[in-house]
Amino acid sequence: MSEKIVLSVENLTVSFDGFKAVNDLNLYVEQNELRVIIGPNGAGKTTLLDLICGRTRATGGSIRFKDDELTRMPEYERVRRGIGRKFQTPSIYENLTVFENLEVSYPRGRTVFGSLFFRRDQLLLDRIEEVARLIYLDERLDDPAELLSHGQKQWLEIGMLLMQDPELLMLDEPVAGMSVSERQKTAELLTRICENRSVIVIEHDMDFVKRIAHRVTVLHQGKLLAEGSMEHVQADPKVVEVYLGH
Amino acid sequence: MDGMSFSEFGSVLIMQGFNGLSVFSVLLLMALGLAIIFGQMGVINMAHGEFLTIGAYTTYLLSVLSTQYAPWFENYYFIAAIIVGFGVAFVIGWLVEWLMIRHLYKRPLDSLLATWGLSLIMQQTFRSTFGPKEVSATLPSWLMGSYQPKEGIDIPLNGLFVMALTLALTCAVAALMYYSRWGLKVRATVQNRAMAGAVGIDTAKVDRMTFALGCGIAGVAGAAFTTIGSTGPTAGSLYIVDTFLVVVFGGAQSLLGTIASAFSIAQTNSTLEFFMTGSMAKVITLTTIIGILLLRPEGLFRLRVRK
Amino acid sequence: MTITPSTPKNALPWWRAQLPLLVMSAVILVALPLALDLFRLNLVGKYLTYAFVAVGLVLCWGYGGILSLGQGVFFGLGGYAMAMFLKLEASDPESTKIQSTPGIPDFMDWNQITALPALWEPFHSLTFTLFAIVAVPGFLAFIIGLAMFKRRVGGVYFSIMTQAIAAILSILIIGQQGYTGGVNGITDLKTMLGWDIRTDSAKYILYYVNAGLLIAAVLLGQWLLKSKFGKLLLALRDKEERVRFSGYDVAAFKIFIFTLAAMLSAVGGAMFTLQVGFMSPSFVGIVPSIEMVIFTAVGGRLSLVGAVYGSLLVNFGKSYFSESFPELWLFLMGGLFIAVVMLFPNGLAGLTDSWREWQARRRARDLPRPTGAAPAPTAGDDTPPPSNLRAEGGAA
Repeated sequence: MSEKIVLSVENLTVSFDGFKAVNDLNLYVEQNELRVIIGPNGAGKTTLLDLICGRTRATGGSIRFKDDELTRMPEYERVRRGIGRKFQTPSIYENLTVFENLEVSYPRGRTVFGSLFFRRDQLLLDRIEEVARLIYLDERLDDPAELLSHGQKQWLEIGMLLMQDPELLMLDEPVAGMSVSERQKTAELLTRICENRSVIVIEHDMDFVKRIAHRVTVLHQGKLLAEGSMEHVQADPKVVEVYLGH
Repeated sequence: MDGMSFSEFGSVLIMQGFNGLSVFSVLLLMALGLAIIFGQMGVINMAHGEFLTIGAYTTYLLSVLSTQYAPWFENYYFIAAIIVGFGVAFVIGWLVEWLMIRHLYKRPLDSLLATWGLSLIMQQTFRSTFGPKEVSATLPSWLMGSYQPKEGIDIPLNGLFVMALTLALTCAVAALMYYSRWGLKVRATVQNRAMAGAVGIDTAKVDRMTFALGCGIAGVAGAAFTTIGSTGPTAGSLYIVDTFLVVVFGGAQSLLGTIASAFSIAQTNSTLEFFMTGSMAKVITLTTIIGILLLRPEGLFRLRVRK
Repeated sequence: MTITPSTPKNALPWWRAQLPLLVMSAVILVALPLALDLFRLNLVGKYLTYAFVAVGLVLCWGYGGILSLGQGVFFGLGGYAMAMFLKLEASDPESTKIQSTPGIPDFMDWNQITALPALWEPFHSLTFTLFAIVAVPGFLAFIIGLAMFKRRVGGVYFSIMTQAIAAILSILIIGQQGYTGGVNGITDLKTMLGWDIRTDSAKYILYYVNAGLLIAAVLLGQWLLKSKFGKLLLALRDKEERVRFSGYDVAAFKIFIFTLAAMLSAVGGAMFTLQVGFMSPSFVGIVPSIEMVIFTAVGGRLSLVGAVYGSLLVNFGKSYFSESFPELWLFLMGGLFIAVVMLFPNGLAGLTDSWREWQARRRARDLPRPTGAAPAPTAGDDTPPPSNLRAEGGAA
């Protein structure tokens, strides 16, 4: 894979009252790559995603997405440049229907007045139908989202991100709390959606990681510990040390 | 200010400053209780002012009772009033938490409305019981009079006493929150309710005690209040906006911030009162605080934390 | 499966979907004017001006989750702007010639002010006044919203700040007697461009203008909630982060709805001045502001039509009890606050809806059930389902 680099994180640091949650980190993600980030608890995985999407401000370093420097950009601008973020616990609008959840995430009518005068058109309906089929929810469009199962809520949130057609999709533990068959379906979903975009996934389930990852990054105490294919990383003595303890 | 010599002007400024300190004391006692409830539990208690009124009426009742039935007690009743005021406010606070607040922890905006309703009911109860007219407790003789460090400067003793009381109570609260086992439980519950429950802390009990303690401190504020003003059914509600601003301005979870902000608000107000009408002084003080909070919404003190 | 959710399966004819609004319009346009004498009708008109605030609060608080405890500020600013115009017209040099400075409002003369303050000058013009009625409160709300929402001040902090602003404005108005009329407010208003607003016919006309504007406000609210904006409003109330990370500038949406609610309140304030004939700081401060929230809560915080009923009912209750049992009124009001919040968070609208659902369930049990036709929730009604603070259906 010698494709174009989409995201380059360089010397990224964030400190909370002196504690460096992410420490001088470098990370490069290529086009159409599915990257999985693993690491023990407190390694700074979620914080890294927070930094990229703007939920947390960096103390130092740079985050470049295509040609734009992100570190000073407001969150919504980053989203509009093509970054999508799924949160760890499913974050959907339980009081809206599945259809409305997807509609609200559609990247048109994003300003106040744009949303007031937004009209549903065939393009939107087609897109919703397409995404709904992808996330296995095409039969549930008229149901309130609060009636979905936990796994379906996870899918719905992924679907909401797909509505935005992001170039970089970041998923924080997408299969947490899912059954075996749901995991299977999610793995299929992820391989299908990274065909025309880059995806970063945080995951603990090693079997799942093995199934989906193109490359794996291991974080430990806010620093990069190892990077490469799953086999390569698993063979690394430093990684074994961190995971198996002292 | 013609015709006023420099030293006279200095004396007035000192006395005005001291006036500010009395207001500061009451404000700080109120804010301490509220900071515990709001800062630790995230509950807005709109009826907090009424707990001050409870303390104030308790002091008044004890004053009247001791004058009528136990004149020998007149000199000491005030000490008793502080303790009883705390106790009564504590018990009522405990009941309020149990009946009302605990059902609303997940709906902070609604707890605000419900406690406003409670404050209306409490005010009307005071009015029906004690009448609409303001009442005053007779101060014991040792609180009357003043201390004159130098010609032209009069510092009232009751003010000094209230300040000492405030200081003692602030230290006690700080010790309780930061050095006692109970304070540890409160802080643990605030940071991670589920985990605190899992390690065997009775979080419901911690909440109830915390709320009741905050109310009890307001009761003490009420006793202190009787030394600087007379008590009416709405005495406490006049303080509620100021108190909330003190807590927000101080940064909600910082004890030091609460003290600093109570001090600056009380002093600004009382210094300005020297130059203009009371209402304009208040307008300018409040507007300044709002202005600062708009620029710095986290208040004076706040740590940078994750999320 | 082809999807056409813009026309749901269970869509109702428009008149059925709008039944709550039609009934409300019939009540305020026909039933009340027929049933009440002019004095009582004028009272209703006064209560209906509060309903503008309540409608604004449904949008801002019920849907947007922004609880403003300072709506009295905007109601008051609108009312004062109107009152200033009317007062200037009532203070022409001819009718104020006994004053030491004729031609200025009487309270200024009593406060030894000898020239009209510059702030009052533009209020000689009705055009400017009508503009100022919505623009001044709108601008203030915009500034407050800009400062707070851009910095992510929300929830209870926002409520406390708006409450403090209400306190500041009412203290300021009371303190600056010479410029504002002080605690008595601006009184003795007589004519508007020569048209006497105190006559019976004027009172009828103003009542209908007010009612018409209110219905228009409800329609505006319904249109807004039906748009994508309405869904976003609900979405950001429940999951602000998700909305932000879906590419929306959340602050802009909050500023807009807060400003709109402020402007609606201001229209109510101006209509209040016209119908009641005075404006005073007692409609600006903390207490009136929070009472307006209870009108909304009683009617149902998610129901625009409910807000109107809530304003009417609470105020009728208030005037009845404070005349007959003044001691009881505060107990009742306090109890109402607690009961609505703790027991009926969706207010009257929520209650009628529970009742309708119960009816539907009973009918479904009595009748032999047609296959596959479960009693669908009546989408398109103005009243929300009772499940915790759900959105209104399609129509509202």
